[in-house]
Amino acid sequence: MAYKHYVLVCGGTGCESSKADDIFTNLKTEVANAGLEHDVQVVKTGCFGFCEKGPIVKVLPEDAFYVEVKPSDAEEIVKETLIKGRIVKRLAYVDESGKTSAVPEEIGFYQKQMRIVLRNCGLIDPEKIDEYIARDGYAALEKVLFEMTPDQVIEEMKISGLRGRGGAGFPTWMKWNFTKQVESDVKYIVCNADEGDPGAYMDRSTLEGDPHSVLEAMAIAGYTVGANQGFIYIRAEYPLAIKRLEIAMAQAREYGLLGQNILGSDFSFDIEIRLGAGAFVCGEETALLASIEGKRGMPTPKPPFPAVCGLWKKPTVINNVETWANVPVIITKGGKWFASIGTEKSSGTKVFALTGKIKNSGLVEVPMGTTLREIVYDIGGGIKGGKAFKAVQTGGPSGGVITAKMIDTPIDFDNLVAAGSMMGSGGMIVMDEDDCIIDVAKFYQEFCVEESCGKCSPCRIGTRKLYDILTKISEGKGTMEDLEQLKEIGEAMKRAALCGLGQTAPNPVLSSLHYFYDEYLEHINEKKCRAGKCKKLITYTINDNCRGCTLCARKCPVNCISGEVRQKHTIDQTKCIKCGECMKNCKFDAIEKR
Amino acid sequence: MSTVNIQINGKPITVEKGTHILAAAKQAGVKIPSLCAHPDLDAWAACGICVVKVSNARGISPKLVRACATECVEGENYITHDPELNKIRRTIIEMILADHPQSCLTCGRNGSCELQTLAAEFGIREIPFARNVKNMPKDDSTGAIVLDPSKCVQCGRCAQVCQQLQNVWALEFIGRGEKTRIAGAGDIVLNETPCIKCGQCSAHCPVGAIYELDETAKLLEAIRNPELTVIAQIAPAVRVAIGEEFDMEPGEVTTGKIYAALRAIGVDTVFDTNFGADLTIMEEGTEFVRRFTENKDLPLITSCCPAWVEYMEKYACDMIPNFSTAKSPQQMQGAITKTYYAQNAGLDPKKIFSVSIMPCTAKKQEIKRSEDMFSSGCQDNDLVLTTRELARLFKQFGIDFKNIEPQKADSPIGQYTGAATIFGVTGGVMEAALRTAYYLVTKEELSEKAVDFTCVRGMEGIKKATVDVKGTPVRVAVAHGLKNVQTLLQEVRDARENGKELPYHFIEVMACKGGCIAGGGQPYGTEDEIRAKRINGLYTDDKKCEFRKSHQNPDIQKIYKDFFGEPSSHKAHKLLHTHYVSRPTYKK
Amino acid sequence: MAKLTLEDLRKMREAGKKQIDTRQTHGKEIFIVIGMGTCGIAAGAKNVLNAFIAKLDEKGISDAVVKQTGCMGLCHSEPTVEIKMPGMPDTIYGKVDAALVDQLIDDHILGKKLVSGHIIDRPAGDIMK
Repeated sequence: MAYKHYVLVCGGTGCESSKADDIFTNLKTEVANAGLEHDVQVVKTGCFGFCEKGPIVKVLPEDAFYVEVKPSDAEEIVKETLIKGRIVKRLAYVDESGKTSAVPEEIGFYQKQMRIVLRNCGLIDPEKIDEYIARDGYAALEKVLFEMTPDQVIEEMKISGLRGRGGAGFPTWMKWNFTKQVESDVKYIVCNADEGDPGAYMDRSTLEGDPHSVLEAMAIAGYTVGANQGFIYIRAEYPLAIKRLEIAMAQAREYGLLGQNILGSDFSFDIEIRLGAGAFVCGEETALLASIEGKRGMPTPKPPFPAVCGLWKKPTVINNVETWANVPVIITKGGKWFASIGTEKSSGTKVFALTGKIKNSGLVEVPMGTTLREIVYDIGGGIKGGKAFKAVQTGGPSGGVITAKMIDTPIDFDNLVAAGSMMGSGGMIVMDEDDCIIDVAKFYQEFCVEESCGKCSPCRIGTRKLYDILTKISEGKGTMEDLEQLKEIGEAMKRAALCGLGQTAPNPVLSSLHYFYDEYLEHINEKKCRAGKCKKLITYTINDNCRGCTLCARKCPVNCISGEVRQKHTIDQTKCIKCGECMKNCKFDAIEKR
Repeated sequence: MSTVNIQINGKPITVEKGTHILAAAKQAGVKIPSLCAHPDLDAWAACGICVVKVSNARGISPKLVRACATECVEGENYITHDPELNKIRRTIIEMILADHPQSCLTCGRNGSCELQTLAAEFGIREIPFARNVKNMPKDDSTGAIVLDPSKCVQCGRCAQVCQQLQNVWALEFIGRGEKTRIAGAGDIVLNETPCIKCGQCSAHCPVGAIYELDETAKLLEAIRNPELTVIAQIAPAVRVAIGEEFDMEPGEVTTGKIYAALRAIGVDTVFDTNFGADLTIMEEGTEFVRRFTENKDLPLITSCCPAWVEYMEKYACDMIPNFSTAKSPQQMQGAITKTYYAQNAGLDPKKIFSVSIMPCTAKKQEIKRSEDMFSSGCQDNDLVLTTRELARLFKQFGIDFKNIEPQKADSPIGQYTGAATIFGVTGGVMEAALRTAYYLVTKEELSEKAVDFTCVRGMEGIKKATVDVKGTPVRVAVAHGLKNVQTLLQEVRDARENGKELPYHFIEVMACKGGCIAGGGQPYGTEDEIRAKRINGLYTDDKKCEFRKSHQNPDIQKIYKDFFGEPSSHKAHKLLHTHYVSRPTYKK
Repeated sequence: MAKLTLEDLRKMREAGKKQIDTRQTHGKEIFIVIGMGTCGIAAGAKNVLNAFIAKLDEKGISDAVVKQTGCMGLCHSEPTVEIKMPGMPDTIYGKVDAALVDQLIDDHILGKKLVSGHIIDRPAGDIMK
């Protein structure tokens, strides 16, 4: 039975929280009402990536791409597009210039993307294993089980040049090879799905949209290194991803793609889910393993590396979701093909979670080596509200800033490190002129203060000391000596902290200090915050434009604006909390911020 | 044993494979500063002070490694000191100090604090960073040890000792980031946790964050009270350790000096816990012989160690029938002080203040552990002071301990045998019991040569032996450091379940690694080297004793003749025996 | 469902592939664009669209995408269909009906021959080539 039309509804967490479930149900009802249930299949898929404009509905084969759909739009979509074959213009994407694009190819957001990791997201129903299989799913597992030796798999991975997508970019084949070479009765495969960078959600979307790709990859690694048990460590805050994984695992077991003697071979492999409580540090592999073992999630020194002595002291391959999702394609299409994508030392693609002051926020997958300019302007559509681009924070709390000067740098592992940042898991937060660099550094440092595991003193104390100094500077109380202290503490943390979290925690500070030194100096010497973010350094005043409309006085939450009607008002600076409500509400441009 | 050839600052040295850089450097005579590392424990790698540079064929690695946790690799050179490392270490120490109360003058560790020493060595004169001291309430709920989290440097030693060495799990890190702190498991007060008051946490804490509850004032108050006769007893392990507080070598036997010093601070009568130990052997030895011949309630398990008793009651109460009902030497000594001795001396037991000097914090809790501890009609022991507390008191009284003229104990419950004095070391109770049990079973004395049961001596965590008692094999086992106990108990349980022959007839357990000589109340700095010296001290004391078997102690023979009749008599049971109950691991 | 054998898995993959492929536009080479303005629909464009889908399916052509667009400005010749594919100039056919759909698929797409009589327009760029 072939359907004539398909209606794909995004079932990612973002769209689901915007009632994608209702859209899905309404579409099904409307299709049934129109008597089209045999012609039209309504499918709930994984994330389309264009989260800025979600919920997304796509109609095939017409390729009509609808954005910001509401449940009430279902009727019109069915009547117009499915019955009459007409595009519902008001649901089509309209870009800056006013151009309406009803098909994805015409939308800038999709034009420069290349989807390998997200190949099935937004295309298949992640709760149906048959659809994954139809997309060459489990073909890679079949290939390794029946056509390849473990050494050949390692060789293929080596050729592909795949590097770990969790942050540090360690060659995946080497990890696998270490574990393969250790003699041990028991070995483990672990999937790190403890995505914790603020703003990053590529792993969640991958698991929600294509859970089987990770299961298949883990089984492939199991065959390669000689492991029969896998664990997926996922944060409990990802209920949808957990649900989809559970469904996928059950289906795979039913089909015998997990469990004893997979596809009749003598290889057996199964996977269990372990829920994390959401500590950022549990994304660090040794802390993650401790957490799986039921211990407090605290890192342990490396060496020994998990590849040799990991879960319950057994050799353990641990890779993150995005890394795993690449594996089946590498096996089916070959390492050479994969290596042809991206740059020489960073092959393949990278998924970024593009957020911040950008027009099109969302998940984007681009070949390694794509420049920041392409991501920000071509895909992201540029800065919101025509403001000036300031910098991009990559690598979240472990990374640093990339400034306008470096906007044409091809993005790969090594270039980011050379720029004082890091790939991290792929968070990309765009800042404009309204963002204060000290405020941003403070935000990340506060995150690290909270999320440090508290074990080692350089990190536990250092993060707090950095945060305190940044606060001091943001309040206009900073001194030049404070800048020296930032460097001194940062350096000690970088060198002496126990794990990756602590070693990279000072990066946002050190990198911003390096690239925006003048802004630090302004805060210290001129007591000035050019972005107007540091509340202690700004004052709101009322100028002569004031007509005495009293709106500001009425809106002020602390009642610090006074004045007669039709007379110029004044702000009591001792009471003002710098919330900006007055300025936001003034219709006469009478409020000035300095 | 395979070895690796490495260099410490360019100087070649060969060390055993698996040696950590910190230990290798020590062997090379290089001290790498550190705060959290402790030779008793696996590296926890918390403080970050011991970082060193690695130089190998690829050059100097940009990453620093923690010397405490990193094993030496063949051919590598470790740079342990240079100006850059010094700067990093200094920054870390300054940061730790910025978050520390710095209340050194009123701290129990003033003068013995490892952080203080680091600060002194690095010549820290001011703290450049903003202070961030957390004021958190102290936890003295156990009545034995005090936890002061404000002073904690999060080195993790206490939790590691509690979990890994002792398998008790009473202490754990709570919270995350800068809010991380040490607390009772589940963030409840210590006395409601599984804590057994062994005090190993306090013995391992590098700063003053966990320490023994200081009760010296109570002793001075009793001495000032003209109504009271103050009677002291000292435990075996105290005599080979307290000298360390007065620049003496660990293991030097200072029994007579302690008697003299106690009298100097105003104690009226000085007895010795060792007499109680001889008494314990009489009761426990008899108990063993009875159970062994009747083949009933075996294996017999020793009960002298109060921390072990509490552990068993909380974690292994299925072993209650196997526990020796004999009280610990301290409690026997207390009971006879206020009965037998009081009668002899014509004293009202209510007007006797009985203080015992112990290497142990759990003993502070033992004196009230059940109604059996009030067998004399009043509390048998009124106060327990640890070795550390007593040393402080001696210092306050200006006693020149090193040079004080030794004195003898008072009579009639002060004389002891070699068997009693080795109660302070792992295997010692077993050895003492065997010396007397052999006599009780065979009615023959062991020869002077056969009296040393070396098979139960030494620092092995678990020691097993089969002792030939004139043709009858007696299988014994000794465990110290509570993590080792489970293995033995499981063997017993497995044998029972499978209806097999019991693996052991007699098991000795001491909670602390090495036995009481390394108890939670002993002088700071205990590690294996010092343990060995203290152990050696007790065996030397044993050798020097006129009698080396408890039943040969003339005063023991006298107390049975005059007071108890015979071991295990009705009167003996009333005063010298106790019983055990199953206790919830967590209170409430 | 019992556990899969290798054969089962392969069969299943083949069976599902066709369906799934129709969902994907990426990597397809043949584009059939149907004018779906009011004029086109009035002239029967919807039937043409359905006919294309059915015929492509029947012929097992998986690398073709059927898409719709608005009015091409050729209202006099509706329904209009533009076919873009490698090896052929982009061509717009007018007055398309179900019968012509068969012919377009057989001759233009499979046979790579222009179907005379219905060609409305060939973009200048292609003619130049």
